[in-house]
Amino acid sequence: MTKGILVCAETADGKITATTRELLHAGRDLADAAGSALAALVTGKNPQEAAAEAITLGADTVYTVDAPSFVESTPDYYASLLVMTCRKTEPAVVIFGQTDLGRDVAPLLAARSGGVACMDCVRVAIDTQTRALLQTRPVYGGNAMAVWSSGEEVLRVVALRPRSYAAAEPDATRQGEIVALDPPDSDESPRMELLETRKEDIQGVKIEDARIVVSGGGGIGGPDGFKLLEELARVAGGASGAVAATRVPCDEGWVSHGIEVGQTGTIITPDLYIAVGISGAVQHMVGCADSKVIVAINRDPDAHIFQEADFGIVGDYRQAVPALTGAIKSIKGA
Amino acid sequence: MNIVVCVKQILDPNLPPAKFKVDSKARQIIPPEGIPLVMNPYDAQAVEMALRLKEKNGGKITAVSLGGPEAVSAVKYALSLGADEGVALSDEAFFGSDSLAVAHILGRAIRKIGAYDLVLCGRQAADWDEGLTGPLLAEELGIPVVNLVRDIENVGGDWRFTRVISGGEQVFAVFLPALATITNEAPQTRLPTGWGIISANRKQIPVWNGGDIDVDPTRIGSAAAVRKLTALTAPERKRNCEMISKETVAEAAGTLARRLGETGAFL
Ligand SMILES: Cc1cc2nc3c(=O)[nH]c(=O)nc-3n(C[C@H](O)[C@H](O)[C@H](O)COP(=O)(O)OP(=O)(O)OC[C@H]3O[C@@H](n4cnc5c(N)ncnc54)[C@H](O)[C@@H]3O)c2cc1C
Ligand SMILES: Nc1ncnc2c1ncn2[C@@H]1O[C@H](COP(=O)(O)O)[C@@H](O)[C@H]1O
Repeated sequence: MTKGILVCAETADGKITATTRELLHAGRDLADAAGSALAALVTGKNPQEAAAEAITLGADTVYTVDAPSFVESTPDYYASLLVMTCRKTEPAVVIFGQTDLGRDVAPLLAARSGGVACMDCVRVAIDTQTRALLQTRPVYGGNAMAVWSSGEEVLRVVALRPRSYAAAEPDATRQGEIVALDPPDSDESPRMELLETRKEDIQGVKIEDARIVVSGGGGIGGPDGFKLLEELARVAGGASGAVAATRVPCDEGWVSHGIEVGQTGTIITPDLYIAVGISGAVQHMVGCADSKVIVAINRDPDAHIFQEADFGIVGDYRQAVPALTGAIKSIKGA
Repeated sequence: MNIVVCVKQILDPNLPPAKFKVDSKARQIIPPEGIPLVMNPYDAQAVEMALRLKEKNGGKITAVSLGGPEAVSAVKYALSLGADEGVALSDEAFFGSDSLAVAHILGRAIRKIGAYDLVLCGRQAADWDEGLTGPLLAEELGIPVVNLVRDIENVGGDWRFTRVISGGEQVFAVFLPALATITNEAPQTRLPTGWGIISANRKQIPVWNGGDIDVDPTRIGSAAAVRKLTALTAPERKRNCEMISKETVAEAAGTLARRLGETGAFL
């Protein structure tokens, strides 16, 4: 039997996260192409239920470790946990999400296992001839796409960008095996200690879960303009409408950094993305380019955003946004 | 406190997309002519973090850059911002090094630089966007790493690293020496002063090769790289914009709302 694929699963409230469901989809495809098995590692307090869920989502074997969740622990702890798991299960490929956990642990796992890491990938495939892992990732902020090949002589560790794959669909009839592993030994002389985790209070739907996102850029000019965007998001999207931003309003402090869309922000794929006062820089567009429909409102007819939109209006957002809100309201009311 | 900052000189990531030409055959980005390279913006923020720490706690800042002749420019720029010392790492044998090899070379250079409390890197270099060197360098040096750090403070003798996580932040107490990768949510970078530029230009920047820092030749260069670049292409743009131009903005908004309604976007 060839060495398998291991997905490092993440859970929230005891359930497999949306990003992990995507990893299981990618992992299942890889395992099928390689003729190998798909395993998942599920950690956290009482991981049994999530482990069973991972099997319905495509895992053949689920390793569980009863451990503090990643956000209650240190990157060092999770790196030891992954090193231990890989030593015991000897996978050919480990798949993380490009998440807080993946960003921390994937490089450390590669370094400690003599492996090779590839971060922020949007596609993974196996070259069935050479068994090399082909990893596609945006580089230069999204100005180019690179494909990297890593041979099977070392452990390949990849982190997959959220929303690159569709989520695996559950199949309740799937069978699999759950194997409990012991947690790693507690660290005698820890090098760091987690003092505090602060989560921002998010009103309404998160931007990555919203169906309609109204996003503001530097052209909004200040916090007040965002009120117009909120009104549009509410009227067009109701409970599944949200406001997002480019890096500029976040850096300026008009809005919170938590709603930044882009390479270093969140990657989102709503049904409708309305970009207001946004120039369309690559680093921003990689965060929203896979939205179903993109609308651009910009007063500069030559703004690059119009090359990446489906519909465009040239004009000052202070007129255009309230007008659009009113027009949608009257259509919806009709 | 002694701080080492790793800085890389790159193609300006703020250039408009039309300036990025991809040579798919050579698997290279063709840099536009006559446009100077810049310091990776996250590395500039790492220098800023170092300057603030030094202002509060005293100490010395050393900038290190690996590359061709441009590495000297990166070091000079760090000096112009206020770094105390700098060294460039250049050697033909470094050519084609992957992140693991870069981490090895930087690690050997940092050992030679001597006692350090803190190593700062950018969260990623905005050319190849690997986001690997920081953690790999921490492993090479055998020190802990915290990623996406926006703030470092000394609280009653303890070092607190605040880092950005999805939807919030975390505070770690970290035992030094340690490495932090600096994120864009950290303070913005100051501009160099006139005097800074003049004195940086006057400085002779030492350039170390592999022998100077005792690198392991089997661990560097393209021969040591396990991961190979097999394709590099320009991304496809796949949308055709329907411009809605009407006499008034209100009319345009009405038409847009109707067109969106037809696509089922908000119904
Ligand atoms: C390494 C790196 C990573 C980055 N990562 C990200 C990222 O993850 N996310 C991100 O968003 N950015 C990121 N950026 C920044 C990015 O390159 C751009 O600088 C940023 O996205 C620009 O934001 P903007 O379009 O809102 O602002 P601007 O470029 O300032 O554009 C403002 C636009 O508003 C229009 N406008 C002005 N006034 C009005 C008005 N009254 N009505 C209508 N239109 C108006 C203007 O015509 C202009 O097109 C990154 C940059 C770098 C270098
Ligand atoms: N050639 C280099 N010289 C100095 N520092 C580097 C070099 N390459 C990477 N780094 C550091 O490592 C960080 C992450 O780089 P990367 O892993 O290439 O995305 C950068 O922000 C720098 O701080």
